[in-house]
Amino acid sequence: MSGGGAIERVLEGFAAGHKASLARAVSIIEDQREGHERLAATLHPKLGRARRIGLTGPPGAGKSTLTTLLAEAYLAAGMKVGVVAVDPTSPFTGGALLGDRVRMERVALHPNVFIRSMATRGSLGGLASMTREVCDVLDAFGMDRILVETVGVGQSELDIARLADTSAVILVPESGDAIQTLKAGVMEIADCFVVNKADRPGADRLRNDIEVMLGLRGGGGAAPDAHHGIDLKALNPKRQAREAAARDDDQWTPPVLRTIGATGEGMPEFIASLDRHLAYLERSGTLQSRRRERLRDRVRDVVEHRIHRRLWRDEGIQQWVEAQLPALERGEVTPFTVAEALLARSVAAGTFTGSPT
Amino acid sequence: MSRPIRVLVAKPGLDGHDRGAKVVAAALRDAGMEVIYTGLHQTPEMIASAAVQEDVDVVGLSILSGAHMTLFPRVLQLLREQGRDDVLITGGGIIPLEDMEALEQQGIGTLFGPGTPTTALIDYIREWFAARQAQGA
Repeated sequence: MSGGGAIERVLEGFAAGHKASLARAVSIIEDQREGHERLAATLHPKLGRARRIGLTGPPGAGKSTLTTLLAEAYLAAGMKVGVVAVDPTSPFTGGALLGDRVRMERVALHPNVFIRSMATRGSLGGLASMTREVCDVLDAFGMDRILVETVGVGQSELDIARLADTSAVILVPESGDAIQTLKAGVMEIADCFVVNKADRPGADRLRNDIEVMLGLRGGGGAAPDAHHGIDLKALNPKRQAREAAARDDDQWTPPVLRTIGATGEGMPEFIASLDRHLAYLERSGTLQSRRRERLRDRVRDVVEHRIHRRLWRDEGIQQWVEAQLPALERGEVTPFTVAEALLARSVAAGTFTGSPT
Repeated sequence: MSRPIRVLVAKPGLDGHDRGAKVVAAALRDAGMEVIYTGLHQTPEMIASAAVQEDVDVVGLSILSGAHMTLFPRVLQLLREQGRDDVLITGGGIIPLEDMEALEQQGIGTLFGPGTPTTALIDYIREWFAARQAQGA
């Protein structure tokens, strides 16, 4: 990889709107190739246009299909759409089979769409470690919507919530019973629930269970004299959740929607809910605070990355740590005192100078 | 810094026999590559567009229909039009030896016929990639 010129060439094509340059920019960021920090810095002022929507859920729930249907709708509305689809990397071989494009054929050739598959490369939160940065590249390119599809998740892969403005959790009737909906984790991050394959048995039951869970979370049904009370309907948690989800106030209660990906049924309601959530984010100031949080995360990541690199690529440090090993083995010093001595000198000084005493 | 080799495995044209493409995709995955699998019935336009957006190093096409003399050059041409003349286009299927040679003349990489062990393809891709990285492309 040659340095300077390559980045300039990419930026030139990027500014001219060439997809090949966008694709290369994504690769430079994803692989952290030479010049990636300069590239990211150059693109930073262009961020903020795109709205980022995350789709997560168990394998086979229909994430790719719903992503495609959303993309199709946004493209039809004249928007530019970026799609990032994440699939797992094998922890054994480092290889990956990225198959989400198979479902996305119907939009693949549209001039205003850009679809990129990413492998997790060892990251465990349902995304690849560079997914957020790749979204930044798509944002800087001028996308109006960025759809991020996670790997098929279980219960605790929650990285999407930190990346997306709006997170949709896609479930299917087979996803489990009421107890699953009460568990911590992926059920807590949803700004919107979608029960896909809603023509299958159990869809209404699942929707019901989720709404009851949401109503309970809001405190409904918890009144001690609920079953002795006068107006039982007013204390019905499901009903409270449904009514709260329909209100446009300063509290957001996630709606629970039904879709059938195969026919597109329920998509207009899904799209409308996503729009309502964006309006809520803007109205309540949550959009700004979420984006601020992302920037804070980004700074922290860069700092950690640089400290890491500065410390562990320094030969003086390597040698000094090696020299401590005999004393560590004899139990004269502990890993904690060695680390303390190392940090006290090297981080404060910015670089490691001489051996700590 | 070493990075995984990215390969697009696609099945252009109208024949529906994708077992070979799937075997190859799985073998390349097991060899540590990132394989983007696009499935059946792809047009050259879809393949080139996916290869560009995914920024792949290699495109592998499986063709059993006899249309290889049309499909391979078309994908090559579309990739060149989009500035990606650095992609290795390889693949396999039922392709007569003289057609393989003719396609190589046009800039297509080595093609592999029935009975080829997957290791031959893996070695070929790895060697090509290492040579290209060494050139600093």
